[in-house]
Amino acid sequence: MTPTVTRAGQPLPGGPPYDVTVIGAGVVGTAIARELARHPLRTALVEATDDIANGTSKANTAILHTGFDAVPGTLEARLVREGQRLLAAHAGRTGIPVERVGALLIAWDQEQLDALPGLLAKAERNGYHAARLLDAEETAAREPHIGPGALGALEIPDEAVICPWTTPLSYATQAVRAGVHLHLDCPVQDLAYADGLHTLTTGRGTLRTGLLINAAGLYADAIDRLLGHDTFTVRPRRGQLIVFDKLARDLVGHILLPVPTAAGKGVLVAPTVFGNVLLGPTAEDLDDKTATESTAEGLALLREKGRRILPRLLDEEVTAVYAGLRAATGQEDYRITARPEQRSITVGGIRSTGLTASMAIAEYVVSLLPGTGLDPGEPTELAPLTMPGLGEGADRPYLDAGLIARDPAYGTLVCHCERVTEGEIRDALTSTLPPRSAEGLARRTRAGNGRCQGFHCGAAIRARIEGARS
Amino acid sequence: MTRRERAVDILVVGAGPAGLAAAAGLAAAGPLHIEVLEREQTAGGIPRHCAHGGFGTRETGDLSGPAYALHCAAEARRAGATLRTGLTVTGWAGPRTLDATGPGGLERITARAVVLATGARERPRAARLVPGTRPAGVYTTGELQQAVHLHHQHIGTRAVVIGDEPVSDAAADTLRTAGVHLVARVTTHPPRPLAAVRRGGGAPLLTRTTVTALTGRPRLTGVRVRHEDGRTATLACDTVVFTADWIPDHELARRGGLPMDPGTRGPAHDPAYRTGQPGVFAVGSLLHGGEGAGTAAREGRAVTAPVLRHLATGAWPVSGPPLTVEEPLEWTAPNLAGPGGTRLLLRTARRLTAPLLVARQDGAVLHRHRVVRTVPPGSAFPLAADWLERADPRGGAVRLTIGG
Ligand SMILES: Cc1cc2nc3c(=O)[nH]c(=O)nc-3n(C[C@H](O)[C@H](O)[C@H](O)COP(=O)(O)OP(=O)(O)OC[C@H]3O[C@@H](n4cnc5c(N)ncnc54)[C@H](O)[C@@H]3O)c2cc1C
Ligand SMILES: Cc1cc2nc3c(=O)[nH]c(=O)nc-3n(C[C@H](O)[C@H](O)[C@H](O)COP(=O)(O)OP(=O)(O)OC[C@H]3O[C@@H](n4cnc5c(N)ncnc54)[C@H](O)[C@@H]3O)c2cc1C
Repeated sequence: MTPTVTRAGQPLPGGPPYDVTVIGAGVVGTAIARELARHPLRTALVEATDDIANGTSKANTAILHTGFDAVPGTLEARLVREGQRLLAAHAGRTGIPVERVGALLIAWDQEQLDALPGLLAKAERNGYHAARLLDAEETAAREPHIGPGALGALEIPDEAVICPWTTPLSYATQAVRAGVHLHLDCPVQDLAYADGLHTLTTGRGTLRTGLLINAAGLYADAIDRLLGHDTFTVRPRRGQLIVFDKLARDLVGHILLPVPTAAGKGVLVAPTVFGNVLLGPTAEDLDDKTATESTAEGLALLREKGRRILPRLLDEEVTAVYAGLRAATGQEDYRITARPEQRSITVGGIRSTGLTASMAIAEYVVSLLPGTGLDPGEPTELAPLTMPGLGEGADRPYLDAGLIARDPAYGTLVCHCERVTEGEIRDALTSTLPPRSAEGLARRTRAGNGRCQGFHCGAAIRARIEGARS
Repeated sequence: MTRRERAVDILVVGAGPAGLAAAAGLAAAGPLHIEVLEREQTAGGIPRHCAHGGFGTRETGDLSGPAYALHCAAEARRAGATLRTGLTVTGWAGPRTLDATGPGGLERITARAVVLATGARERPRAARLVPGTRPAGVYTTGELQQAVHLHHQHIGTRAVVIGDEPVSDAAADTLRTAGVHLVARVTTHPPRPLAAVRRGGGAPLLTRTTVTALTGRPRLTGVRVRHEDGRTATLACDTVVFTADWIPDHELARRGGLPMDPGTRGPAHDPAYRTGQPGVFAVGSLLHGGEGAGTAAREGRAVTAPVLRHLATGAWPVSGPPLTVEEPLEWTAPNLAGPGGTRLLLRTARRLTAPLLVARQDGAVLHRHRVVRTVPPGSAFPLAADWLERADPRGGAVRLTIGG
């Protein structure tokens, strides 16, 4: 089957209405599309921008949470716990990099130290039993470079870091290869429902579908309003992050979490699967859903917090700064609602855990289908998939003698800082979902994402993208 | 994993002006197996894309960057060095054993002496923590030059250049060549005394001015700036070039465990270009960021004698105490005391008029020298270094200060 991926300038396919259409190709929408792809359904995935995972899903902290600190009894707590298992297994099958580095929740004063036993009890209530308390000495032994004054820690050995980019890419690739139609550059502008059919007015014409699934992230409230519901409002909560150079990686072993306060989870220091160190995020409630810019105040705050947690980190070079927007809705839980009378499901308020929970959210959403009057049919296995190995935990192509012997393009480095080869760039440009931009290529290969930010390779990379487009 | 293991006499990493000069000098000295590894497809380093004059030696006369790159590579080859391009050194397997990747496979090369000449780059926008959006149209000079001169890419229409150093002039020239209108140049430094006669192509130079944010998405629409006195403005443009603000490409040096200098952020080294790792030398921009190609080549030539001496005797004298600087000085290279030095390079954070340099060790004055000119920030100035011989090799740090 040739995959159907349409873009700006191409017509939307005609034919009978889709059985299901998912709005929004973030990590949640692509996970749902992948789950739907296992069933004998005509499914479409519709995305406003020119690539998948172009919204919140490209800019998070990339932690595969255990859910130890979720609010017990919520849908989020359950789906994070299940999602962690599902995604870890999926990552194992597809080669998405995951590193189980573990987390330390560090107490910097007596009040925080006193809070740790309560957090341990909460973890137990969330069904997580491997957490344990460390005293000051054990904490310092685990993390020799942390700043002075740590009084103790709660250790959560199963917290892991994962690749935030190949995860949704794997979902979308599997979905599209199994027959889901992906329509990019296709913003949904209006919706009408009549006689059991939705008509979607998009920037590229109209689409008809039986069931509609709203996974529009920050705009899930807007899509719901187009459906005639005014039940929640998404307020973006910005998180700014600083990515430090790979040469800082040896300074930190675990995800270093602060003890949570009323103001949120707080600023953490975490390794990435690419071998960098992250510092962030901030938590700023805003009104502008496009406000992904960084600010002087935000960066100053991060540096101040980071200096306390890991003083030597601040002497290292910064590789990148970015910001993501969490879809806060004023409710400490996901807002997943099925409306059988209108044949729609809203998957809203997927705030700060959506990457982890994505596969469990998808299973849960598909379990709601029969209730909306759609029999999804028997599930089948999806064709196996191998994702490019972007993680530093395993040997990358430039270190694989066998691979280079078979194809010398894997021995030619184009992006020096990230050690991305000609072969990998070619593969990405000819993949099922090829990138259209330098950023899209970076998310698939890491090319251009390194410390020089294009000083050495930027022009060469752009030449390859332009070459592939023409 | 299968790696082809080999041995050479001298391995040079990086075929820029510094590495190529070192290779040429060493190869001319005798029947040694000298190999230069270069990760780019062509040798020559940064000058490959500096498509303007100002390069060359007394023998060659004025050359363009690309011609100079060819000249340096030809010299090294003619002297008998082996130049291998498209090969990246990726790490260390021993004190003088390096791993490399190329289309021919993986190699592990052991040398009797290693010369690191991996160069430097300009800090990109993110590393300077300039806030704002992440639009297209943001460059460093290195990327801009490659885009224009090697790939003939479309740049934009209106540009702002950040920085006021020699490389900033090169960025402005490249923009003009590409038909981009230069809106302004921005620097945190005060105006130069003879601003009227300086270059700049008519675009205003905003001095004492800091970039506070970039705006626009997906394409840059403006650069927000703030003057020291509090005035702010937004410069409308679709292109911005961040120039200078050098950081040595020191990954290999650091991965090899070489002690680093906190000022230059390059490997700590003595006047004979010896690093803290026996048998490992370092030259060029790796030591101090983007000084001119002539300086890099000069260091490459100057490393020849110490390397040959090391090969002949196997000796690796313990380096002297560190050379440290105090504000407004930013760094000195070399930054370890030791014999054989002819000059130091010093860099200052602000303009100095006829500064008096004083070197002290353990409280005693080793040397005083008045520089009878004005030294600008942004490019290093030299200081004769024969007095370094007088430093007590077992004494404390040698401190360089300005005045009194
Ligand atoms: C700073 C930060 C840190 C985080 N850290 C973590 C973490 O460590 N671990 C974790 O598990 N989670 C984390 N998260 C949360 C996680 O990133 C999100 O929960 C997840 O990305 C949400 O995915 P989504 O698919 O719902 O939204 P999105 O990724 O925003 O996807 C929604 C998509 O819908 C599209 N869309 C919107 N409107 C329309 C329309 N009208 N027509 C067509 N398409 C439309 C958008 O273009 C977008 O692509 C973090 C989030 C942030 C901001
Ligand atoms: C944009 C720009 C413009 C400039 N303009 C001028 C000018 O007009 N006039 C002037 O005199 N000077 C100019 N300079 C400064 C001049 O380029 C440098 O002084 C000179 O190039 C330094 O030489 P080098 O050999 O130390 O480093 P480089 O020229 O940077 O060479 C280093 C070489 O090492 C290679 N390398 C690095 N790591 C590895 C590895 N791991 N494996 C293999 N190879 C590796 C690199 O690919 C590179 O070719 C400019 C610099 C820049 C950045």
